[in-house]
Amino acid sequence: MINIRDKGAAIWENWGRPQRVAFAVILIAVVGLLPFGGNFSFTSFLNTPVSSYQAVLVYPVGMFVLMALGLNIVVGKSGLLDLGYVAFFAIGGYTAGLLGEYTSLNTWEILPIGMAAAMVAGVALGLPTLRLRGDYLAIVTLGFGEIVRIVALNTQSLGASTGIAAIPTPPKTFGLIFDIEHSNSYFWVVLIMILLVIWMVRRFTVRRPGRAWEAIRQDEDVAILMGVPILKYKIWSFSIGAAIGGAAGVIFASKTQYVAPNEFTFNVSVLILACVVFGGMGNIWGVILGGVILAYLPERIRFISNARQLVFGLTLVVIMNLRPDGILPRKKREKLGVKNKSVKEGSDV
Amino acid sequence: MRLEVKDLRVQYGKIEAIKGISFVVEEGEIVTLIGANGAGKTTTLKTISGLRPVASGQIIYNGEDISKMPAHERVNLGISQAPEGRGIFPGMTVLENLEIGKYSRKDRKNEMQEDLEKIYSLFPRLKERSSQAGGTLSGGEQQMLAIGRAMMARPKVLLLDEPSMGLAPMMIQNIFNIITEINTVLGTTILLVEQNAQQALQRANRAYILETGHIVKGAKASDLLNDPAVREAYLGTGAHS
Ligand SMILES: Nc1ncnc2c1ncn2[C@@H]1O[C@H](COP(=O)(O)OP(=O)(O)O)[C@@H](O)[C@H]1O
Ligand SMILES: [Mg+2]
Repeated sequence: MINIRDKGAAIWENWGRPQRVAFAVILIAVVGLLPFGGNFSFTSFLNTPVSSYQAVLVYPVGMFVLMALGLNIVVGKSGLLDLGYVAFFAIGGYTAGLLGEYTSLNTWEILPIGMAAAMVAGVALGLPTLRLRGDYLAIVTLGFGEIVRIVALNTQSLGASTGIAAIPTPPKTFGLIFDIEHSNSYFWVVLIMILLVIWMVRRFTVRRPGRAWEAIRQDEDVAILMGVPILKYKIWSFSIGAAIGGAAGVIFASKTQYVAPNEFTFNVSVLILACVVFGGMGNIWGVILGGVILAYLPERIRFISNARQLVFGLTLVVIMNLRPDGILPRKKREKLGVKNKSVKEGSDV
Repeated sequence: MRLEVKDLRVQYGKIEAIKGISFVVEEGEIVTLIGANGAGKTTTLKTISGLRPVASGQIIYNGEDISKMPAHERVNLGISQAPEGRGIFPGMTVLENLEIGKYSRKDRKNEMQEDLEKIYSLFPRLKERSSQAGGTLSGGEQQMLAIGRAMMARPKVLLLDEPSMGLAPMMIQNIFNIITEINTVLGTTILLVEQNAQQALQRANRAYILETGHIVKGAKASDLLNDPAVREAYLGTGAHS
C-alpha cells in the first residue's frame, strides 16, 4: 500500500519556508470555508441528510477532532490508556452550565476556567493512578468517567437527570453572532482551537516533553534510566489532554445550551478513542482524519437509518484490517537530514 | 566518586531476592559482580539506579545515602545504566537514542556534538547506522548503542548488566575491549554484572561473587581467576586445567 504519510512528509521536507507557509494558509482557508461547501451543486454531496451540514461540522466533526487530538496526547504520544476521557468533556460542559447560570461570565471567560477545572481533575486522578502500570490506569479512568456522569445524575444542583438548560451562548465577537442560526461561528472557534492544539503538539514533539513522552511510551523503565521524571511527564500529558477535553466541553455546552448526564456516557470515550486508533495513533494528521471520518460518516449515511451502524461498523473493521496501525500511522523512523539539523542547532534533548 | 552498598536487602513481594549484601566500588575501578542466572545481579543494579526500592540497607554515593532518592535524580548525580537485554528504544533511530541519553543534562546542549563524536569514535558502527531504527540493529550493535547511550550522560559510574549476553565470541571481545577503553581512556568507573566470569575477571580490578542473593566472596579479580573453587563453579574448568 502507498505510504501517504511518508510521501507527504517527504514533500514537506523539500519545501522551503515560503512554500510551507503558503500551503498552511491555503489549507486553513479551505477548511475555514468548509461550512459553505454544501452551497454549490458540485459540492452538494457533502450535505448531511438529517442534521444541517453546518451543525454537523461543529458537532460531532469539529468537537471529535478537537477531543481526539487531546486524547492523542495521552494515548498516542505517551501511551497512557485513558478510557474515561468523556469525564473531562463533562467537567467542561458542567462548568459552563454552572457558571452560565450563577455568574455573568461569558463563554470566553468561562473557557479557561473550564479547562482549569478539567486539568485539576486530571491531576487529582493522575497523581495516585499514574504511578501504577497501564492496566490499572485503564480501569481507573473508565471508572472515573462513569463516576462523573453518575455524580451529575444524582446531584440536584447539577439538575440531576434533566441537566442544566438555557446555558448562555457566547457574546457577539468580532462581528460573529453565536446562536442556533449561526453554526459557522462555532465552527471557526473550534477550528482555531484545533489549530492551537496542532501548533502546541508539534512544538512539544520536537522538544523535551515530546521526547520524554516518546521514551515513556516505548519503555518506562529505560526512560527512568535516562533521567526522565516519568510521573511528572505522565501527569502533564494526562492533564493537557484533560484541559483540551474541558475546552471542548465548554464550547459544546455553549452551542447546545444544554448539558445532561446522558450526553456524557462511556460511548463518547470509546468513540474518541476509536478516532485516535482508526486515524493512526500518535500522528496528528491521522488522528484528525480519523475524527473527521468517524464523526462525519455516520451523519452522512443517516438516510439508511437502521443499517447505518452496521455499515459504519463494517467499514471500520475492513479498514482496520487493511491498515492495522490506522489510516495515517505515526512515523517509525525519523529522517537523517532532519535529525542532523537539529543537532547542529543544539537539539534540546 | 565512591559507591558503597551496605547490607542491602531487596524484595519482590514477600520474596527476598537480595539478602543483605555489601560491596564497594572505588573511583576509577572496574568492579565485577558475577553470578549465575537468578543470583540477583539485575536486581542489584536496578536497586542502585532506583528502579527497585530497597527493603533495608544503604546505597552510599560520595558519602550520601541515595537509597530513597528518585531514580531520575540519581542519573543527574552521574549514575548511568545500560540495562539488561540491551534496553534501547527500538522505535527511535540510533541518533535519537543517543540524544535522549543526554536527557539528564539539559543545561549542556553544547556538549551534544562533542559527545556524539566521542561515542562514534568508540563505536564507529553506530555512526554508520545513525539514521537506522534501534530495533533493526544486530544484537551486538544494540549493546553498543545501550552503552553509548549511557555514556552520553557523562556518567561518573557506569552500570553494565550482562553486556555479553547472547553475543558471538568475536562481538564479546569487541564489547569488552571497549568497556576497558571507557575505563582506561575516559576514566569512567564501572560496575560490571556478568555471567561470563572469564571475561569479567580478566577485565576487572576487583570482583564479588553473588549466589542467590548473598555475596559469598570478594577479592582481587586476578586472585579469583586463579581460585580453584571459582574456576570449578564459574569457569567450567577444574583446578588442574
Ligand atoms: N519482577 C520480578 N518479580 C518477582 N521475582 C523476580 C522479579 N525479577 C527477578 N525476580 C527474582 O529475583 C531473583 C533475582 O533475579 P535477577 O536479579 O534477575 O537475577 P540475575 O540478574 O542475576 O539473573 C530471581 O530469583 C528472580 O526469579
Ligand atoms: Mg539479570
